[in-house]
Amino acid sequence: MKIPLSWLREFVEIPADLSLADIEEAFVAVGFEVEGIEEQGSDLTGPLVVAKVLSIELVEGQKKSIRYVGLDCGEAEVRFVICGATNFAVGDLVVASLPGAVLPGGFEIAARETYGHTSNGMICSARELGLGEDHTGIIVLNEGAPGDDAIALLQINDAIFDIAVNPDRGYALSVRGLARELAASLRVSYRDPAQLIATDGFAINQSGIQVAIDDPTAASIIYIRTLQGFNPAAPSPLWIRRRIEKSGMRSISLAVDVTNYVMLELGQPLHAFDAAKIKGSIHIRRADRENEFKTLDGQMRKLSPINLVVADDARALALAGTMGGLDSEVTESTTSLAIEAARFDPLAIAKNSRFHRLSSEASRRFERAVDPALAAIASARATQLLMELGGASHIGSATAGAIPAMTVISFDPQYVSRLLGIAVPHETVSANLQLVGCTISKQSSDLWLVTPPTWRSDLLTPSDLVEEVGRIIGLNSIEGTLPQGRSCATLSPLQYRKRGVAQYLANLGFSEVYNYPFVNQEMVEILGFTGARAASFKLANPMSDQAPLLRTHLLPGLLETAKRNLGRGAKECAIFEIGSVFRDVTKLAHVSPVPTTSRPSAETIAEIYASVPPQPLFVGSVVVGSLDRDGWWGKGRAFDWSDATQMALSIIELTGNTGVIVQSDLAPWHPGRCAEIQVAGKAVAHAGELHPRVLEALGLPPRSCAFAVILSELPVVPSKSAKPIYTMPAATQDVSLMVDGSIPASKVEAALVAGAGSLLESITLFDRYEDLGDGRVSLAFTLTFRAHDRTLTADEVSGYRELAVASATKECGAIVRA
Amino acid sequence: MSLSAQSIEDAKALALAAIESADSLEALKVAKLAHVGDKSPIARANQHLGTLTPDERANFGKIIGQAKNIVAAAFEARTRILESERDSRVLVEERVDVSIPARRTPKGGLHPLTILTNEICDLFLGMGYRVAEGPELEAEWLNFDALNLPADHPARTMQDTFFVEPLDSHLVLRTHTSPVQVRTMLEQEPPIYVICPGRTYRADELDATHTPVFSQVEGLVIDKGITMADLKGTLDHFARSIFGPEVKTRLRSSFFPFTEPSAEVDFYFNGRWIEWGGCGMVNPKVLVACGIDPDVYSGFAFGMGLERTLMVRHGITDMHDIVEGDQRFSQSFGSGVQ
Repeated sequence: MKIPLSWLREFVEIPADLSLADIEEAFVAVGFEVEGIEEQGSDLTGPLVVAKVLSIELVEGQKKSIRYVGLDCGEAEVRFVICGATNFAVGDLVVASLPGAVLPGGFEIAARETYGHTSNGMICSARELGLGEDHTGIIVLNEGAPGDDAIALLQINDAIFDIAVNPDRGYALSVRGLARELAASLRVSYRDPAQLIATDGFAINQSGIQVAIDDPTAASIIYIRTLQGFNPAAPSPLWIRRRIEKSGMRSISLAVDVTNYVMLELGQPLHAFDAAKIKGSIHIRRADRENEFKTLDGQMRKLSPINLVVADDARALALAGTMGGLDSEVTESTTSLAIEAARFDPLAIAKNSRFHRLSSEASRRFERAVDPALAAIASARATQLLMELGGASHIGSATAGAIPAMTVISFDPQYVSRLLGIAVPHETVSANLQLVGCTISKQSSDLWLVTPPTWRSDLLTPSDLVEEVGRIIGLNSIEGTLPQGRSCATLSPLQYRKRGVAQYLANLGFSEVYNYPFVNQEMVEILGFTGARAASFKLANPMSDQAPLLRTHLLPGLLETAKRNLGRGAKECAIFEIGSVFRDVTKLAHVSPVPTTSRPSAETIAEIYASVPPQPLFVGSVVVGSLDRDGWWGKGRAFDWSDATQMALSIIELTGNTGVIVQSDLAPWHPGRCAEIQVAGKAVAHAGELHPRVLEALGLPPRSCAFAVILSELPVVPSKSAKPIYTMPAATQDVSLMVDGSIPASKVEAALVAGAGSLLESITLFDRYEDLGDGRVSLAFTLTFRAHDRTLTADEVSGYRELAVASATKECGAIVRA
Repeated sequence: MSLSAQSIEDAKALALAAIESADSLEALKVAKLAHVGDKSPIARANQHLGTLTPDERANFGKIIGQAKNIVAAAFEARTRILESERDSRVLVEERVDVSIPARRTPKGGLHPLTILTNEICDLFLGMGYRVAEGPELEAEWLNFDALNLPADHPARTMQDTFFVEPLDSHLVLRTHTSPVQVRTMLEQEPPIYVICPGRTYRADELDATHTPVFSQVEGLVIDKGITMADLKGTLDHFARSIFGPEVKTRLRSSFFPFTEPSAEVDFYFNGRWIEWGGCGMVNPKVLVACGIDPDVYSGFAFGMGLERTLMVRHGITDMHDIVEGDQRFSQSFGSGVQ
């Protein structure tokens, strides 16, 4: 909320030597963030005077209207100036800056020749004086005399604080509330503006418009004060206009300005109806008998029966606490007024405001709870002002409802020290609670009955009171300590795994990215996802209709990101992401509302947990480009399907698991170049070259590769006992086999391993020929044998080799190549 | 051949001259064959020893032995000289420009959010906090209700929170990592010391300082006698570890439904106060909803945005760099090895 310092000074004895920074700090110390301070007038120097328009002469021959204006500036001579604005006439009072003045932006005023005349000053608009954005015309005054200092008259020199108010502190959306906070923070005296207003002059009687709260859950109290004889032409005085403008609102008319002024000062939103348009009495009720309603911004709004309205006997007059209706608006011919001041239920107004996407100065305050004691006071204050300034007379007042009793809090003052961790004497506790308006009845040293003031309906529990005391003491006075309890912790296996895999990939030249998990249907189709990967969650309110689905796989985001990198000129791209995906939409459980007043039952907790779908953790990668670059050493080599497969396998092996590669054809991979990797018979990874059609559709280079491993599916391998390291010499045997091309090399290798016996230390495929012309392939392996206790003889190892070959022949039909 | 002291002396002189005059390792090899090997005059003289009387044998044996040693030593010395000459010549010829780039592994990198998250987790692991994680698509009850954010709370509107269809599934993309705190409190008896890093979601448009998908780290401590001073001390330690030993923090009273008292924590960095996150003492209502007795236990919680922390610490001025996945961004941070 924007608030001028001059207004605060009316109720707070701010020491004269305090700087703006000191005042800012005082607000911040009690929990009010200062978002900005505008020093109006700081870049303006006079002379700036009130001037009466004596003559207006149109300068001929100009495209736009240029006028040569004679001004009485309280000087002996008439002063002439050139002016382009036309919103004034002879006899009006305007604001003139005279030669020597400097306006905001360093604009120096001097006598100058223009349009064939000497212009001896300038008639000013609000924007030219730094008073706001209004530049539709120059300022026309209703007050002042020629020659008066306009800087003083317009109360230009002021500091305007823009203060962020937390949602639990509705009372602070007012001069009254912020002045109280500032006074408490500065430990200086404070006068409550609400207590300066007399309400007893306005009798409750049957003469004015009557009122009833039809829905008692919707409002606790309401006042309607009826006035007659109001002069609709009466202007708002400058002191009201300027304060409203400084607070960021616009001056509209006296009746509206008065309601806004009182709202800003006290925090009670008011509404002024044209009383002549009200039929019968006023009712607070739900919008259960009308379908639509035109608010005073001219918009027709569909009503819901849950909406709260202020109505008369015939129809809705206002969307309660949110916006008035066009039909009952105060107009230029309004002479009788009904001033409404209510304490609406915050939730009811929040719902009104949200339902109609309509946030107003009034709804912002009602949503955050308004002091119920203000309804009588604020309506009286507005009535007073309208009588003084608009010539109205009070006909009668009506009221319904009552100020609700505040919750009395049983409070152990020692709790403050226990929770804050600093010693706070009881006197400080009680002094600070009284500063925020609480009354205390001390039952014993450890039991106080604390009654919050009517404007603090947010104070309900002992910890709320601790917060108030802490706030006023200043949370910053708390000296830091560390918890004295003991606990021990390590990362979980999956957390270690996540770190290890990321580090591994980064060290191998992959760059980590974090993609948004939002996907569109088109991408799902391009990638050819089916089954679980095509069944996405859909957001009810996506950021963009372009991407309303949650990802079921990391590839959509990685492919988009790869494309972005290439689009920015990268020649190669190797990126990876570790993240969760969202699957299993079929499992949506519907949990009925669960209260929070105690721990839910074990069954209910289980039900809540079960309503959340599993979100497996993946690592995924897309690679475009080379494994080894071309360079001075010669040609490089592209990163191909086998490298992708090896990466996936290596990640699995990093975790201590053993992966088995199986030929696969899963989309979006190339149907002939896709490896599925299984651990304990379960598919945990896919890798290989991407489908050419997918790459083409996405505009990525041919032969680009990808891999994905479900990290959360890999078993945690218990730590193994170390194998002894044998030091006897190893013996190697090479074997070259021919098998049918349809038999995977991995199967041949497995058969050799199975036959070679326990002394086989390792096996490596070192060659593969395909073009034997008969559909067969040649596979060449090196088998390495080692015994722990002796040097193996050539005869012995060639015997093992024969056994290995025999096994490969039996399992795979392998024939030793001559 | 007859044995005489002179003949051995001559053979030795001949051998030394041949070794000395050899100007390459090849020539030395020839000289070795002629003068040092089995067929050399000295070697042959040695073979004749057997034909001599014992006295002569001793005498000549000594002479021959001395000659052999001298020749062998000369050969070794010459070999070393010639080898070293060869080495310096060949190695000069093999000189390369070592400054040309190697065929090394291309540069990769961790996303700095990962590096920062690891750093923070390690800091808190050292203080005995467990790293707790949870699902990003979360039950509304855990994300809101249990945290004293009732059904009509403004934060629960569609303007702030992503809901999935159908709405009665009561699933949201978590708006903070606080549901992990709730899960921890439901699953574990106090004392609780956890740090909860993770991705979070709020319906903000992406711009230079906002992103709808962001990362948070939250801390939660529930134990006997936990105070706001403990919170302040923990935050001080945290801030100094992330931003340097000179950094100061301050608490400003604020409002969150799940803490009471609540505060914003700011830190003073490069000459100004910067908002870092929210914190406070766990609201007893939250403890009650999770079945923890607020008369026995108290606790604190805090939460910060990691993107903001990263931006301040590394002078990143545009959120787009953090979310767009340009590999140059991650590469510039390396893999976080200290």
